[in-house]
Amino acid sequence: MIEIAGWGRYPRHRTRLLAPRDAASAAALAAGRTGVVTRGNGRAYGDAAIGQAVTVSSRGLDRMRAFDPVSGRLTVEAGVHLSDILAAFLPRGFFPPVVPGTKFVTVGGMIASDVHGKNHHREGGFGDHVEALTLLTPSGETVDCGPDRNPGLFWATVGGMGLTGTILEATFRLKAVETGWMVQRTVVAENLDEAMAGLERTADATYSVAWIDCVARGARFGRSLIFAAEHATRAELDALRPGAEPFPAAKAGRLSVPLDLPAFTLNRLSVAAFNELYFRAGAAKAGQPFLVAWNPYFFPLDGIGDWGRIYGRRGFLQHQCVIPPAAAKAVLTAVIERLSRRGSASFLAVLKVLRAGSGLMSFPIEGYTLALDLHVTDDVFPLLDEIDRLVVEAGGRLYLAKDARQSRETFEASYPALSRFREIRRGLGAEGRVVSQLSARLGI
Amino acid sequence: MQGHKTVLVVGGTSDIGHATAKAYAGAGWRVVLAARNEAGARRNAEDLATRSGGPVEVRALDVLDTPSLAPFLDRLPALPDTVVCVVGELGEQARAQADLDHAVQVMRTNFEGPALLLTLTAERFEARGSGLIVGISSVAGDRGRGSNYVYGAAKAGFTAFLSGLRNRLSPRGVRVVTVKPGFVRTRMTEGMKLPPVLTAEADEVGRAILGAERGGDVLYVRPVWRGVMAVIRAIPEPVFKRLKL
Ligand SMILES: Cc1cc2nc3c(=O)[nH]c(=O)nc-3n(C[C@H](O)[C@H](O)[C@H](O)COP(=O)(O)OP(=O)(O)OC[C@H]3O[C@@H](n4cnc5c(N)ncnc54)[C@H](O)[C@@H]3O)c2cc1C
Ligand SMILES: NC(=O)c1ccc[n+]([C@@H]2O[C@H](COP(=O)([O-])OP(=O)(O)OC[C@H]3O[C@@H](n4cnc5c(N)ncnc54)[C@H](OP(=O)(O)O)[C@@H]3O)[C@@H](O)[C@H]2O)c1
Repeated sequence: MIEIAGWGRYPRHRTRLLAPRDAASAAALAAGRTGVVTRGNGRAYGDAAIGQAVTVSSRGLDRMRAFDPVSGRLTVEAGVHLSDILAAFLPRGFFPPVVPGTKFVTVGGMIASDVHGKNHHREGGFGDHVEALTLLTPSGETVDCGPDRNPGLFWATVGGMGLTGTILEATFRLKAVETGWMVQRTVVAENLDEAMAGLERTADATYSVAWIDCVARGARFGRSLIFAAEHATRAELDALRPGAEPFPAAKAGRLSVPLDLPAFTLNRLSVAAFNELYFRAGAAKAGQPFLVAWNPYFFPLDGIGDWGRIYGRRGFLQHQCVIPPAAAKAVLTAVIERLSRRGSASFLAVLKVLRAGSGLMSFPIEGYTLALDLHVTDDVFPLLDEIDRLVVEAGGRLYLAKDARQSRETFEASYPALSRFREIRRGLGAEGRVVSQLSARLGI
Repeated sequence: MQGHKTVLVVGGTSDIGHATAKAYAGAGWRVVLAARNEAGARRNAEDLATRSGGPVEVRALDVLDTPSLAPFLDRLPALPDTVVCVVGELGEQARAQADLDHAVQVMRTNFEGPALLLTLTAERFEARGSGLIVGISSVAGDRGRGSNYVYGAAKAGFTAFLSGLRNRLSPRGVRVVTVKPGFVRTRMTEGMKLPPVLTAEADEVGRAILGAERGGDVLYVRPVWRGVMAVIRAIPEPVFKRLKL
């Protein structure tokens, strides 16, 4: 037995940790066990990747299987890291169809959370790009599924948080890119209205996301920087930065990150000061399109290592909600007001437009998503409960990959496909057998 | 892929072997994996080929099957530029004390098999006048300890063998590198409690081995091990024999 946690280091639970070396031993190890769930690279913030009794790590399922450079079709075992895919294929001119904000995630984790990237409004979630996957079901069977084969099981597995079994392998297409650079435009929004309008206006960009200042008040309430970007073509690279390495390595371009997090303590002043600096640095870059390397554009936090540590020993919570368009303005205002009143709010709040997700339990619905970090203190729990209520009453919901604490009530009220999902689990024999701390907490 | 160098990794199913092959393939080398478990090696070969876009071959080899060693080398598509032998078996000390067959297996797998294969490799490299031989030995061979001296003795033999081979071949254009990885998180150490500072990841070992292409004789993957083993070797025997190690 060991104690493990998610990326937020809260909560911690005791579990047995097993690490099969290959698909066959994954099947053998899981046989007859109850209270088991699969763990990828543990980047879910809360308790999703902790088994109630046993956690099966996909660490050993880290082999790539096949790649077709004509179609871009890649087949890998589910424990392969996104960072490895980038390292192997970006220099050959291919980029993953969807990437979350860290490259240290597994393919299985990206499917099980149906992760969204900055292109969700245009290109959907990771699950939308999966052509086939192999699932080890709780009965020990290995089942192939995809949008065209066993679609019911497939769409329950996409976004299913590991609760239909262990994904062993997956096939999806990479997209061809001419360079590893991004052409970025920064748009300054002086307040929340402008931010929402700005996100709508940049919706034609392939990638678009806003950083929102949750501390600013008054006329600057909700001020944001919107980052819109496209993959740079070879011609654009040659024009904007002649002679640059077309496919820079992960390390290159670090200095162009407008975001350099100092290890300050998170009191109101330092957050406000940080936000001010960040806003000014971003605003200074507004207007003209400029080039950013893929790594700092997509994964600014990866350069900081174990950045969660700056929140101290109690860990931190990440809160990510999505609110339908009609109610978005009012609820975002109410949420940010509460955070701004608390002062030591999130220094990194991200606002983005999502479209409806495809998986039965996928997080995205059409609307605005807001993601915040908060360090764990006693008063943060009632604050977030209140925020959850506002979100769910407006028809919104919380992202399970980030969740560590929402109540069963908010969850049940906000995921209408839950009963269908439970039925599928019952049919698979997953109920009571495939159980994570998250599924136990939420009664899935 | 003419003009590319070739590395032969013997022990193609091992985590360290796979990590080594990954490092070489990533640097543009052609890779040949040799293993007694061909299916397991094929999974690794697919992985390497997918990542690198280059060809990877799998050859069957049991290093304990002595008569097969020379034909194995001679049937390779070409004599490799580098041969890395990662074959080894930790075995169980208690069992090796009571069961001679198990002791023989540990001794042969860690010493005899690899040494004979590298003897034949050295002969061919010497004739060509170039090549790099990398043998994975262990710090366990630096001093015999009660908890693993059968394995340790076999590794000590292998270390001495590599040292002699290096001594003999260095004037002839053939380099020999002894790798002492320290603790590595692999199948061999699965389930053991290992001190993080002293424990390397397989990929770290793979990169270090590729780095040995540029030079070096005896490689401790994590430099702290050099100091740790210097201390362990310096303890006087009257004291050492009383320690529980
Ligand atoms: C800095 C940071 C930024 C992030 N940004 C984003 C973002 O922009 N968009 C977004 O959508 N998410 C984001 N996330 C969340 C992250 O992408 C997801 O939590 C993802 O699932 C983590 O992958 P993992 O491999 O670490 O999986 P884990 O955290 O280990 O597991 C996550 C879930 O997937 C399941 N799972 C994992 N592997 C398998 C498998 N082989 N078979 C079945 N189930 C499996 C687990 O049971 C668990 O329910 C971010 C996280 C961090 C730390
Ligand atoms: N892990 C550590 O902490 C550590 C520390 C110091 C040194 N080492 C050394 O590093 C090397 C690699 O070990 P590892 O950790 O990667 O463990 P491993 O996976 O157990 O590697 C051992 C390899 O040797 C192969 N092998 C055994 N007998 C063989 C034979 N007769 N013919 C052909 N191949 C044979 C095994 O093949 P099969 O798959 O067919 O069994 C396997 O590929 C070993 O020499 C080990 O002693 C390891």
